[in-house]
Amino acid sequence: METIFIDIAEFLTSWMVGLGLAPLWADLIITILQWAVIVLIITVNTIVLVWMERKVSGFIQERIGPNRLGPFGAFQTIADTLKLLTKEDIVPARADKLIFKTAPMFFIIVSVMLYAVLPLGNNMAVVNLNVGLFYFISLGSLSTICLLMAGWGSNNKWSLVGAMRSVAQMISYEIPLAFSLLGVVMIAGSLNLSDIVTAQNRLWFIILQPVAFIVYFIAATAELNRGPFDMPEAEQELTAGAYTEYTGMRWALFFLAEYTNLVAVSALAATLFFGGGQGPLLPSWLWIIIKTYLIMLVFMWMKWTFPRIRMDHLLSFSWKVLIPVSLANILVTGAGLELFRWMGW
Amino acid sequence: MVLKTDAGSANLASDIEQLEKHNIIVTTLEKIWNWGRARSFWPLSYGCNCCPIEMMASGAARFDIARYGYEVFRASPRQADLLIVAGPITLKMAPVVKRIYEQMPSPKWVVAMGNCATSGGPFRDGYSILPGADALFKVDMYVPGCPPRPEALFHGLLELKKKVERGEY
Repeated sequence: METIFIDIAEFLTSWMVGLGLAPLWADLIITILQWAVIVLIITVNTIVLVWMERKVSGFIQERIGPNRLGPFGAFQTIADTLKLLTKEDIVPARADKLIFKTAPMFFIIVSVMLYAVLPLGNNMAVVNLNVGLFYFISLGSLSTICLLMAGWGSNNKWSLVGAMRSVAQMISYEIPLAFSLLGVVMIAGSLNLSDIVTAQNRLWFIILQPVAFIVYFIAATAELNRGPFDMPEAEQELTAGAYTEYTGMRWALFFLAEYTNLVAVSALAATLFFGGGQGPLLPSWLWIIIKTYLIMLVFMWMKWTFPRIRMDHLLSFSWKVLIPVSLANILVTGAGLELFRWMGW
Repeated sequence: MVLKTDAGSANLASDIEQLEKHNIIVTTLEKIWNWGRARSFWPLSYGCNCCPIEMMASGAARFDIARYGYEVFRASPRQADLLIVAGPITLKMAPVVKRIYEQMPSPKWVVAMGNCATSGGPFRDGYSILPGADALFKVDMYVPGCPPRPEALFHGLLELKKKVERGEY
């Protein structure tokens, strides 16, 4: 069970080579297949996640949530998807059409690219990059530009204000996010995500770096534009923020990308702080799925528990609390490392 | 050849006859789309005072509109499918509501909730009130009551669901 996916990939490669294909082409086809599988997983996963979100929100608000369609309302999202697929596609007359149309595409491309370095099990990263974490953080900040494109292209005042808010928020929270991960990198001594997982063989980093985890979690919530930090699409003030003018599948692409980012950020948290695929009995890929889903449940729990906070409070919270705390965390981690080395551990 | 969805049902029947002559049958796909559309109305709300209170109650714990999957209240008309008119439309507000209706992507539906939206209600003879939402646009379902209880709203939505499933819109 542990190596089932790797075995399948190896079998396919050897089969294609056996058919007389050059090994280079076989590898290329396997890489394309890996991406196809990732996109498929993301899409199916989003359908499950939207249903889960609605059930969790119902549970927290003492409601039942969707329960008419299928067992526990499980087919509700499928109906929504079918409807969104057939909605009219409106492009506003005064919109910047090229930017308006490409913004959702770039958003989903950036989100899917995050999965390149995530180890979804032992030896199961698509690309085993030695600067994996750096790649992840820099790609994650690209989604800001997509939101800004959406806001600018729509030529709508709500959209533009929403986009500007998201830029301000993401720039502020990018810094504590990166700083909080530095502590982990210092202990593991590597930016490669697979190496960081291996470094947690004895002790998960959540025990060594609890402050870093909390800072990462808060900053990631802001990066994802999720409640209580969903200022860019604050419905009561901004209609739907940067997404105001988007209809049907264009809007659904944004939605898909947001949930894709949610999965990626949760999987990164599981990789960096909860030992990735490590765990007893079950195969590693199943462990990482379980951990990712548990972390996503906490994200949903937070979203439906806290009210949205004010924009200026949001920014000052980042600059006055999170950044000093994460800097102090780096200092304490460095001092601790030096101390343990001096004690001869 | 694609059937126009908002063509009347009589028109639809003749269209299908035309297609059958050329050995083309277009039915199942439209049925699948309608199955999805009927089960996922995302409402956009418009109201004044007492009907919206009942509408809010229908979203809350005791009644829970989410059971049917209709709880995704969108603030932007671009993402909504269903306009719930829950209140009288004044002459001053009429062009605004009309514009919001036109901003919604089709296929779209309208539910007139309460007596004011259905016929003008107690303000019917007033100098500044429209006699019902159907003076502005096609209304698909009327929910009577002053104000209607959440159960009545659900009944209206479920009747609309049956209507959409039959393709009568």
